Amino acid sequence: MTVAASDADERLRNTGFLRRLLIRPELGSVVGGIAVFAFFSTQSAVFRSIDGVANWLDPASTLGIMAVAIALLMIGGEFDLSAGVLTGTSGLILVTLATRAGWNVWLAMLAGLAIALLIGFLNGLLVVRTRLPSFIVTLGTFLMLQGLNLGVTKAITGTVQVSGLRAAPGYEGARAVFAGSVTLGGTGFRVAIVWWLAVTVIATWVLMRTRPGNWIFAVGGNEQAARAVGVPAARVKIGLFMTTAGAAWLVGSILALRFTSVQANSGIGQEFIYIIAAVIGGCLLTGGYGSAVGAAIGAVIFGMADKGIVFAGWDSDWFKFFLGAMLLLATLANRLVKKYAEEVRH
Amino acid sequence: MTPQTTLLQTRDVGKTFGSVVALREVSMSLETGSVTCVLGDNGAGKSTLIKILSGVHPQDTGEYLIDGAPVRMSSPREALDRGIATVYQDLAMIPLMSVWRNFFLGSEPMKSLRRFDVAAARRIARDELRRMGIDIRDVDQPVGTLSGGERQSVAIARAVYLGARVLILDEPTSALGVKQAGVVLRYIAQARDRGVGVIFITHNPHHAYPVGDRFLVLKRGVSLGEYGKAEISREELTQLMAGGAELDELAHELQRNESTL
Ligand SMILES: Nc1ncnc2c1ncn2[C@@H]1O[C@H](COP(=O)(O)OP(=O)(O)O)[C@@H](O)[C@H]1O
Ligand SMILES: [Mg+2]
Repeated sequence: MTVAASDADERLRNTGFLRRLLIRPELGSVVGGIAVFAFFSTQSAVFRSIDGVANWLDPASTLGIMAVAIALLMIGGEFDLSAGVLTGTSGLILVTLATRAGWNVWLAMLAGLAIALLIGFLNGLLVVRTRLPSFIVTLGTFLMLQGLNLGVTKAITGTVQVSGLRAAPGYEGARAVFAGSVTLGGTGFRVAIVWWLAVTVIATWVLMRTRPGNWIFAVGGNEQAARAVGVPAARVKIGLFMTTAGAAWLVGSILALRFTSVQANSGIGQEFIYIIAAVIGGCLLTGGYGSAVGAAIGAVIFGMADKGIVFAGWDSDWFKFFLGAMLLLATLANRLVKKYAEEVRH
Repeated sequence: MTPQTTLLQTRDVGKTFGSVVALREVSMSLETGSVTCVLGDNGAGKSTLIKILSGVHPQDTGEYLIDGAPVRMSSPREALDRGIATVYQDLAMIPLMSVWRNFFLGSEPMKSLRRFDVAAARRIARDELRRMGIDIRDVDQPVGTLSGGERQSVAIARAVYLGARVLILDEPTSALGVKQAGVVLRYIAQARDRGVGVIFITHNPHHAYPVGDRFLVLKRGVSLGEYGKAEISREELTQLMAGGAELDELAHELQRNESTL
């Protein structure tokens, strides 16, 4: 009798462990990441070399900063379609102020940050006040910013880009911090990778180990229930939109400092890639579930595919196909995980 | 035993939504360590009354007294700050969050550097649930995996631990089977024994009678009276709820139909 009982207990513990592993939101992205790495490694020796790694970690890093911020927002139950174009807006503000108004680069960056945070705040305020879907609200800001980016750039420069940041005061220092490289074992790694890792670590810490982190999961999981126990849902959501905007400013500044010029249409179309990376990382489209680490790994998968297709000598059009296939796979996998996680056990 | 004191009291409170009079001149009271049941059919005004008590909306007429002092509250936070916690039937918990995260949602224990004290939260949640006699295998499991009765029980344990003096439960047993309802009734009694005043909303007199000390019966927004347990039997309560005379009439009608067959 007692033997049988302890046997049953042991089984329970094992399935509990397996179950906990299976409902980790990152699991899908880890498996996908290993598969994509293995695949391109067989296609190209450069891809798996240290130089190759540095090469594909570069696009992964700027995409990853955004994907992590978008993951937090999606866990909180909202979307932001204006995040991509806002990277362009931030870069344009930086380069325009530094080259046309003669501002110090650092000061121009601060101005860009203030405006980005204001736009994030307005996005959030509109969503919590009107209770409209954030999909619609941020589609509106997306289009407005797209128009502003082009209109203002054309009015000021007569072309569709601003350039010449290299000559601006303070450029070298800012470039070293945001767009430089660090050499590790003879290979140059973009400093953006460090920013990306830092953003991922901070986001994970906030989510798992702070009070606002608990609130983010709660407002995305069941906003009414969260409010009923005293969670300041509106403040949490506005904070998330501002975080996304802050990330867009960081990425926009990194890219502007790297290329020293910004196209008026830059960032457009990226917003969906951020969302897809977050979904691959385990975020549910319905909110309340997901992971910052997962989103960061989702970004690595995109970095690997982006560069891997080039290393393997294929047409880069295949990237779009890959994008779509990954999105479908990840969404289906997430739905299964959610069902499994919510299943009543007795 | 500590002497009973009145925690809450309403005097002729009323609430109107546009042209709908949802509640009219309802008086009730709640003592420490006791259970006041609010009974009534669908649309009787039970939820409207407890929303006044829990600060969701203020009353339009009449008086609401907490510890003898008149109040008008317009946010659940105000009620929470006065020790009045409400557990709603369907929006009690976040299904995809773990039991311990739900347990402390909105009242997270902190340690230095504004960090959420995760270890303490896990340990306290496990101990408190055990203390209330709630057998949860694993506080890390998502709340969505608990049964309805377990979920209500966790919500009750949570409110009691977080220092609720008054616990308002809106139909906690309505969606549950007999056994699960019994589990929840046991936790209501537990909370009462710990000195909490409980307001228990139900439309089932068989759930209310065993655990209740006072019974307020509502019908179409008006009170049919507030009774102490000594003043009313279970049968009388059932009768009153079903609308007394109406039920007699129905019985009569059914009987006649039977005889014509
Ligand atoms: N927010 C509201 N606006 C308009 N009418 C309402 C509102 N809340 C409740 N009512 C009405 O008030 C009456 C009492 O409702 P309620 O208190 O929910 O009853 P119960 O909880 O006893 O079923 C019903 O007729 C209902 O339609
Ligand atoms: Mg009701």
